[in-house]
Amino acid sequence: MTASLGTPPGTTVVDVAVIGAGVVGSAIARLLSGHELDIALLDARDDVGDGTSKANTAILHTGFDASPGTLESRLVAEGYHLLKDYADRTGIPYEPTGALLVAWDDEQLGALPELQRKAERNGYHATEIVGPGEVYAQVPALGPGALGGLTVPGESIICTWTTTLALATDAVRRGTRLLRGHRVESVTVDGDHTVLHTSAGDVRARWVVNAAGLGGDVIDGHFGHDRFHLHPRRGELFVYDKQARPLVDRIVLPVPSKLGKGVLISPTIYGNVMLGPTAEDMTDRHDTATTESGYAFLLDKGRRIMPSLLREEVTATYAGLRAASDVSDYTIEVDAVQRYAVAGGIRSTGLTSSMAVAEYLVDLLGKAGLSLHPRDELPEPPHMPNIGEARPRPYADAERIARDPAYGTVVCFCERVTRGEIRDALSSIIPPHDLDGLRRRTRAMNGRCQGFYCGATVTGMLRDAPRRGEGQQR
Amino acid sequence: MSTPRTRLTPEVAIVGGGPAGLRAASELAQSVSGDVLVLEREHEAGGIPRHCAHTGFGIRDLHRVLNGPDYARRLVRATEAAGAVIRTDAMVTGWTGDGGLEVTTPAGLAQVHAKAIVLATGARERPRTARMIPGDRPDGVYTTGMLQNLVHLHHREAGTRAVIVGSELVSWSAVLTLRHAGCRTVLMTSEHRRPEAYAAFTVPGRLGLRVPVRTRTRVARVIGKGRVEAVEIEHLDSGSRDVVECDTVVFTGDWIPDNELVRAAGLPLDGGTCGPVVDSELRTARPGLFAAGNVVHPVDTADVAALDGVQVATSVLEHFAGRAGESGGVRIVADEPLRWVSPMVHTPGGRGPTRGRLLAWADTYRPFPRVTVRQAGEVIARRRVPWPAAPGRVFRIPGELLDAARPDGGELRISLG
Ligand SMILES: Cc1cc2nc3c(=O)[nH]c(=O)nc-3n(C[C@H](O)[C@H](O)[C@H](O)COP(=O)(O)OP(=O)(O)OC[C@H]3O[C@@H](n4cnc5c(N)ncnc54)[C@H](O)[C@@H]3O)c2cc1C
Ligand SMILES: Cc1cc2nc3c(=O)[nH]c(=O)nc-3n(C[C@H](O)[C@H](O)[C@H](O)COP(=O)(O)OP(=O)(O)OC[C@H]3O[C@@H](n4cnc5c(N)ncnc54)[C@H](O)[C@@H]3O)c2cc1C
Repeated sequence: MTASLGTPPGTTVVDVAVIGAGVVGSAIARLLSGHELDIALLDARDDVGDGTSKANTAILHTGFDASPGTLESRLVAEGYHLLKDYADRTGIPYEPTGALLVAWDDEQLGALPELQRKAERNGYHATEIVGPGEVYAQVPALGPGALGGLTVPGESIICTWTTTLALATDAVRRGTRLLRGHRVESVTVDGDHTVLHTSAGDVRARWVVNAAGLGGDVIDGHFGHDRFHLHPRRGELFVYDKQARPLVDRIVLPVPSKLGKGVLISPTIYGNVMLGPTAEDMTDRHDTATTESGYAFLLDKGRRIMPSLLREEVTATYAGLRAASDVSDYTIEVDAVQRYAVAGGIRSTGLTSSMAVAEYLVDLLGKAGLSLHPRDELPEPPHMPNIGEARPRPYADAERIARDPAYGTVVCFCERVTRGEIRDALSSIIPPHDLDGLRRRTRAMNGRCQGFYCGATVTGMLRDAPRRGEGQQR
Repeated sequence: MSTPRTRLTPEVAIVGGGPAGLRAASELAQSVSGDVLVLEREHEAGGIPRHCAHTGFGIRDLHRVLNGPDYARRLVRATEAAGAVIRTDAMVTGWTGDGGLEVTTPAGLAQVHAKAIVLATGARERPRTARMIPGDRPDGVYTTGMLQNLVHLHHREAGTRAVIVGSELVSWSAVLTLRHAGCRTVLMTSEHRRPEAYAAFTVPGRLGLRVPVRTRTRVARVIGKGRVEAVEIEHLDSGSRDVVECDTVVFTGDWIPDNELVRAAGLPLDGGTCGPVVDSELRTARPGLFAAGNVVHPVDTADVAALDGVQVATSVLEHFAGRAGESGGVRIVADEPLRWVSPMVHTPGGRGPTRGRLLAWADTYRPFPRVTVRQAGEVIARRRVPWPAAPGRVFRIPGELLDAARPDGGELRISLG
């Protein structure tokens, strides 16, 4: 089954090749490799979760505000429970903070009952409409003028980086061959299998799953389809200093409009406070730059929602690209003749829905003829390092330090990342290939000084780590 | 079941083993009977001078001119010789419920309960993100601190063409480091009408550094995918912009104290320095808690930080002797064009500030500024000083200008002109 490890992928034929190691592709590869199948997971980039899955608002959505009846609504609601359960088993950091949706004018106030009804139709029954007194009791730091709100107690914050990494690590432990740095450039058919021509050689597969995020429509085109068209919708975000964290203990949502979910203020799982995102339609699929106009827009919004937040220091700014589709729902379909499946247009909810998308898509694959025999012995799901603030981290764990002093040696002071954690990340099943990858695994250098103190040490540890080849990660 | 935390009970605990903390420790170790413990989170004590390979340290405190690493080593040796204990790799992460320090070390967690605590945690430069400079997020963007760590402590390379943001004293330190690393500084930007550091006119001349400085400009955007390719520069008066190619950008100056423990203690921050509010004896509002060095004046030179150490040591001893009254002096307020004045509280009849000078930060250049002190709307002192007030560099104000302050007269407002 996985005996071909180490042989060049171009010469063997895998059962399924999954294109795209974002959160969706990783969830799919993980699920598939729970069966008697030989799976390859490809990504153009040097790391898993290096696309849209790394730069979002990292909220585990209940799906209360989805469009009822859509596939998205269903998969977000299912994915919420699947991911929460998986997070409990693997240690993916999350925190059930709950959310408060705030109405700032009469029109928004008037929209709350309809939003509540919508939540009910999406199967979410825990919302409550509250008056201004309760709104300010829940979030005293809100600016003046809030008229009322809707509570959504199930909304949670989660670590998006660890989520993708956990799913991909699980997949690799189950035998998936992770092929980083493999950009699929064209596709040909060769008898009973498909040849993916990549920037690092050919990959042959009986079945192909397209989970290429923003690249999904292009891959779909390689297979001769023309069913959805994507464009990037950029979202810029500010991350404020941890000292702002006492200002807000739950997600503060705006009333959604036609333009999208709007600008929120939320604690992050790392103990910061986030303001964003913007929503800007773009053409360049790689432009994750932040902009002056985006900053001005966010500051303007932030000043109204929580003026005291703007007095705090900004620790980080970034931008992510949603895969906006001209189809108003997810496109998840299987072409049995081509032995090809697509999970496309997974736009602003894909972190939450990823595991449900995987279940839905794998089920379709089975119906289309992919033989799905569950494997008898599966490795336990991985136990992920805790980089969240909801539970004690190594620097504060006396027993752990007693067992291994490296966890008592703080290297990144602002984020309190220890030498032991960096060492572990560098020798993990999917080790980082660059500084950003190390930052996503440990939080090192993500803090307020951005490397003033620790930058040289952290980059030194990365440089000195032996780089292991792909495929030996077992 | 749970592994216990080690409990340490020194007489004095000092957080931060830079010039201020080390000097305070060496003074105190000679005078108190119990232990004086310095907690330093880095692997080596010495603070920022450890990675400032150039000369210019020790003038006012040691009366000689040393390079940074030599200066740091000398301070460490003197502190140890005086009998203080320096624990490195010891990071103070917060406060215990009863005012002790939570510490993480490779040997385990510790709680430190001391009769007096001195915060000497220093200051750092604001990185690009805190300055909210938009654009791509490529490699090759540093602060001076990170750059010097890379080049001097880790012997790594910088790029070949650098743009330095800011022209403070520290910015010239960055120029030197880049030159050492074989990287040319193609441009230095300053938002001010003239380069901030007046020493800029003498230091670079002396060192033969020829660096083009563009005043009244700011970096509006960083460009480049993997590595920096260019920055977009805006001229502040005309609004015109152009693109300057470079592979390295160093954000210098724009200091902020390492104030986490101050805020975690529930102590007020000074709006100007963003550090703790201290009086001329370097006492905070909490009895037995003191602060010294760049955490109270971001930033002055290392020698002044060290002399703060002497000042704070005296205050700790007075505290032990029961001679220190409550820190309840007269609030000092900085008026434009001053951004801050340190100390922030004047103690009438007290010892006066370190070296008899108040420190201040000016936002505009004044060649021969006239310092005015007002209390309750009345001018109580006014004096022209023969040294300039320049942005990016501490401005020193003679302490005796506060001599006429009335203890009950309300806040003291200090301005220029
Ligand atoms: C600003 C913002 C906020 C968001 N907030 C939330 C939120 O709070 N909660 C939530 O649930 N969701 C949120 N989302 C949505 C969520 O981030 C996405 O839906 C999810 O990350 C999509 O995952 P993916 O795997 O489909 O895409 P990606 O993570 O983009 O992965 C696709 C991968 O495919 C690879 N690829 C593309 N083309 C090729 C090719 N030709 N060959 C090989 N590899 C290729 C890419 O390199 C990439 O790694 C947000 C999104 C944004 C932008
Ligand atoms: C690039 C550059 C060039 C300079 N050039 C000169 C020069 O030529 N001449 C000169 O006189 N001065 C110079 N300076 C200024 C000088 O370095 C500072 O004035 C001096 O270091 C301040 O001393 P300090 O003790 O207040 O702070 P620091 O030197 O910053 O020391 C603070 C110490 O506290 C430690 N610390 C902080 N928080 C904790 C915690 N929670 N737990 C444990 N430890 C902690 C830090 O690790 C650090 O070691 C320069 C500064 C820079 C950045």
